[in-house]
Amino acid sequence: MLTSKSFYRKTKGGNIYKVVREHYLRDDIWCGSEACRKCGRRKQEILLDEENPGAKSTLFAMPHYLVLDTNIVLNQIDILDENILCNVIVPQTTLNEVRHRSSNVYKKLKEIINDPHRKFYIFINEHHKDTYIERKHGEIINDRNDRALRIVTHWYNTHLSKQKIDIKVILVTDDHENKSKAEKLGIPVVTMVEYVNSLENAGFLIDKLSKKSYILDGDARAPLFPCHLSPSQIHDGIKSATLIQGTFLASRENFLEGSVNCESIEKFILIQGRESLNRAIDGDTVAVELFSEDQWSAPSEVILIDEAEDDPGDVIDDENILAENKKIPTVEKTPTGRIVGIIRRKWRQYCGILQRSALKDNTHHLFMPAERKIPKVRIESKQAETLCTQRIIVAIDSWPRHSRYPLGHFVRALGTIGDKDTENEVLLLEHDVPHSRFSDEVLSFLPKLPWTITDSDVNQRTDLRSLEICSVDPPGCTDIDDALHCRELPNGNLEVGVHIADVSHFIRPGTALDREAASRARTVYLVDTRIDMVPELLSSDLCSLKSKEERFAFSCIWEVDHNANIITTEFFKSIILSRASLTYEEAQLRIDDERQNDDLTKSLRSLNNLAKKLKKMRLDKGALVLASPEVRFHVDSETHDPIDIEAKKVLETNSMVEEFMLLANISVAKKILMEFPECSMLRRHPEPPQVNFDPLIKAGRHQGFEINTSSGMELAKSLEAAQKKDNPYFNTMLKIVATRCMMQAVYFTSGMLQEPEFFHYGLACPIYTHFTSPIRRYADIIVHRLLAVSIGADATYSELLDKKKSHALCHNLNYRNRMAQYSTLFQLFFRNKVQLEDGYILFVRKNALQILIPKFGLEGTLYLSKKGEVPEVNFIFDAEKHIQQYGDIIFRPFDQVTVQLSLDRSNIQHEKLIFKLVKPVIPGFSIPYDSESIVTSGYSDKNTKDSPIEVMDISEAPKRKNINTPVNQKPVQLSKGKRKRKKKY
Amino acid sequence: MESEFDINQGGLRADGRRPLELRRIRMRLGVFTQADGSAYVEQGKTKILATVYGPHQPRGKAISSSTKDVKGIVNCQYSSAVFSFGAAERKKKPRGDRKSQEASQQLRHAMEAIINLELFARSQIDIFVEILQMDGSEFCVAVNAATLALIDAGISIKDYAIGCSITVSDSLLGEDDDGQCTEILDANWVEECCPSVTLSIVALPKVVDETETKSSVILTHGSGQRLHLSKLEPLRIKALQGCKDIRTIIDEAVKNHLEIFSIATALDK
Ligand SMILES: [Zn+2]
Repeated sequence: MLTSKSFYRKTKGGNIYKVVREHYLRDDIWCGSEACRKCGRRKQEILLDEENPGAKSTLFAMPHYLVLDTNIVLNQIDILDENILCNVIVPQTTLNEVRHRSSNVYKKLKEIINDPHRKFYIFINEHHKDTYIERKHGEIINDRNDRALRIVTHWYNTHLSKQKIDIKVILVTDDHENKSKAEKLGIPVVTMVEYVNSLENAGFLIDKLSKKSYILDGDARAPLFPCHLSPSQIHDGIKSATLIQGTFLASRENFLEGSVNCESIEKFILIQGRESLNRAIDGDTVAVELFSEDQWSAPSEVILIDEAEDDPGDVIDDENILAENKKIPTVEKTPTGRIVGIIRRKWRQYCGILQRSALKDNTHHLFMPAERKIPKVRIESKQAETLCTQRIIVAIDSWPRHSRYPLGHFVRALGTIGDKDTENEVLLLEHDVPHSRFSDEVLSFLPKLPWTITDSDVNQRTDLRSLEICSVDPPGCTDIDDALHCRELPNGNLEVGVHIADVSHFIRPGTALDREAASRARTVYLVDTRIDMVPELLSSDLCSLKSKEERFAFSCIWEVDHNANIITTEFFKSIILSRASLTYEEAQLRIDDERQNDDLTKSLRSLNNLAKKLKKMRLDKGALVLASPEVRFHVDSETHDPIDIEAKKVLETNSMVEEFMLLANISVAKKILMEFPECSMLRRHPEPPQVNFDPLIKAGRHQGFEINTSSGMELAKSLEAAQKKDNPYFNTMLKIVATRCMMQAVYFTSGMLQEPEFFHYGLACPIYTHFTSPIRRYADIIVHRLLAVSIGADATYSELLDKKKSHALCHNLNYRNRMAQYSTLFQLFFRNKVQLEDGYILFVRKNALQILIPKFGLEGTLYLSKKGEVPEVNFIFDAEKHIQQYGDIIFRPFDQVTVQLSLDRSNIQHEKLIFKLVKPVIPGFSIPYDSESIVTSGYSDKNTKDSPIEVMDISEAPKRKNINTPVNQKPVQLSKGKRKRKKKY
Repeated sequence: MESEFDINQGGLRADGRRPLELRRIRMRLGVFTQADGSAYVEQGKTKILATVYGPHQPRGKAISSSTKDVKGIVNCQYSSAVFSFGAAERKKKPRGDRKSQEASQQLRHAMEAIINLELFARSQIDIFVEILQMDGSEFCVAVNAATLALIDAGISIKDYAIGCSITVSDSLLGEDDDGQCTEILDANWVEECCPSVTLSIVALPKVVDETETKSSVILTHGSGQRLHLSKLEPLRIKALQGCKDIRTIIDEAVKNHLEIFSIATALDK
């Protein structure tokens, strides 16, 4: 079988070592054309059409296939994405190069290849005996690859013409040299621009052509940015330690500032000013040159947003605002540097809006991304008229040295601005939340209806239908995944049961349904809708532990004494019949109403008593109670517009459910770790490094409190002690600041870490996992499976026990969690309202105040002065004390203010949520405090410049991640817009 | 430098083979006249020399225990040449480390299973295997080489002992989007370095036919990693197919060698 193959050796010289590898060439690789009668056909491969392949082109009248060069795939992927180009040959050489150059583009290309209608055929030219070529002496790899593509095209043409098949094969390349060499050899060749322009009925494709070069008005100007170093210069620089490699993170608050996160240095490297930023875009891997220590700087206190409404041309405006920063105390200085080269771009496609050029008939426009960290992008489009009312997606193509903004091209429109579906789509896309409909394959794994419980089900499960079980959830919750009960045992002890929906019974490992759930990782809650992790039939019906329905559960039963000490723990699969689906409020009323003495109420009362004891025990051990405003929306059932936001009331019953869920999670974690020391899926919350606490300690000190952060226990104690009588919200605010010092809690596989690292800082417990929400979190499904195996209720499968696979899964779950955390909406609510709200100053900046509205958990900026305006009221900023002063009015962190919220709709393309100061009254700055003016001021204040107004990009409102202070997700959930309950464990 | 082994290439492995294809196998018998039997086997770039001495009188520590034995003794030594690992990582100790000792042991088990030991009562057979160049699946190739050396030595055996490795990994054929594993035969060094589980299976392929599903595998060489039990059987079947293919190639070579050998001896007379 092997001997028939011709045989070749290829030598690769590395830096030091000689690497020799075998490279087999084959004679059984098919050309992929349906017309070919020569090559042996392998089944199920994608066929290139025999009849009428190729789009209708005026350049090539005959039927044709296209061969793609790497640069075409990398730069023109959006063209390829359109359904116009079919019957395309992707040589392996191209595929490999694309893969090495851009994983994003590669992913897209793979999607296109996997679509059988598109007929993209991968031709394995590197292993084909006739198309493999060796690199010539002195030939650089790119030239060799270009040559390989020419050989492929040539081979195809001779291969087909020998068989008298009338199909031409055309090389598509944007590389001039490659093109001219191909022309010399008589190989049909075309550039993408030429090809697209020659197509019939494909005018809209022209907008999508990538712009690598773009000239605004002549090009005789001096470049705006310094050159980037070449890859080899960067390589040498990093090797000799003169340069540092890291990931660039743009600042959300100041577009002229960013930081680079390097593994080799503990602190972030600060980058300030356009020239130092040198065209880096958020997420890029860059090479940084560190300044000498005397040039180090500190993050500026200024909030700065690029507000250019029209393209200002390629000029750099002055950056004095940053320069003022030089006189800063040395303590505050952090390593500062400049970006000298880009190692890898991490450009993706961005959602945003078009800022139409003021000039009529101008086809050059500015695109404003929704993500504030991304610079504006210059695009070219003839359809600006229609696009300017839409949310659109744009891809960045390049950023030449002489251009103030990067160049890009239009990809597609999402829908009308302000339309609920469009806005949701933007949010989901920006946060990479998978939200397409469940595929038919996925749905095929759902149980067939009507679903009934069979005798064999009953035999395999413990029958708990006689127990007084109920669920307690927020109002309107349809995906109920936990229920509780408590009863007295004959020996006087109590039996407590937590019953969790048995989702793993319905989602079997390895099915399409399982894979889809794993990839979605969790249910995402938006204001008015939820993006389910599993299809609705499961999430809202068969798995949901609805009242008066027999449901499968995974039960965790404890015997406890009256002091909440656990005597025994037991796990089994069960059948339950929930007596009632209560809301927190209903449950609370039952507990408080002394007249009610039925079994269910008694059960709730014992649970509540036990929970209080459990909580006390937990807090004594040093668990943190951190504050996070949680809000929920009241949604108008007709229009689905949110009509009110209300902060979540915290009742005893909330904490009751929470305690038992924590207890179940901890018990399960212990059990599975004992059974699977290598591959248990657990959750840990690392202790934050002490530097993270700096803002908290500083904030506390300003108010006269010493916050001890040496351990979780000390932190909890000192936070509790920091109370102010005159400001009841002070403690909560301080806890919010503390929350921001925390690290992110993450899933991990037990075999990948040492046991001390399992610690959950926030809960102060040595081991923790997620077991109680399998309907909306995939990690819980894995934990269910592990637990089921450990009690002998289910069989294992190999992926479950593979710690590497499990590790990779954790990675995805953590990523999705991080993304989902930020996806919540606010602007819809304020659409038709002007409201006065109490707020608190979270941070004092040089030109603005960061205000938190506790009622909504909403944070925004109130500007004290604005660029280009002469303020009537001059505030004096004290950087030492972090205060702003005007006369005898002083703004300190945590001070209470009253602000007016409204949505500025004067520019329909870019609605802004406006914060205005109402109280304390500052003549000439604050706005009058009477109802009449409130009604009128909301819509038309844009041009009345008397009051500096806050500008906050509305779609940014809910996101509050700050580069230096990662927001902790659990146990303090910062999610705000969730209509359904999100539990805090 | 670009990495080479994570290439997505339409179901082909990085070196151009399909998953269940073997590398080119070349071999020579009787390369080493000083020994009683010898064989040199190349499987891809893995190159191994095996020599057999004996049967002869038991020597050394084997004497005392074995004089009463009616069966012969097999002594195996599995070692790697200092230069075998290429320039990147020179082996510190050519033999005697735990891995080599384990391999020697397992090689001995394999050889004991095929030699008609009752014919060699109170005698000893020494088998030395030297890895000259490593490029994956060394142990399996070593078994094949030892078998050939035994044949060359004229020692009576029941069947060929054939080794073939099978590797399970999810990253060898590019990334499979659906996360499915792929099994490949006769992995080379690069493929073995990927996160994967490798099983070396030694079989007496003649005994394996369609009717007999019962295990004829006499031993499997440790994989170092865990493998879920449900995966073992399909792997074994695939590896056995590989063993059969190798056997065909080896059988051919042996016949060829004997033919030339017999012609040569005939001419001598
Ligand atoms: Zn063909």
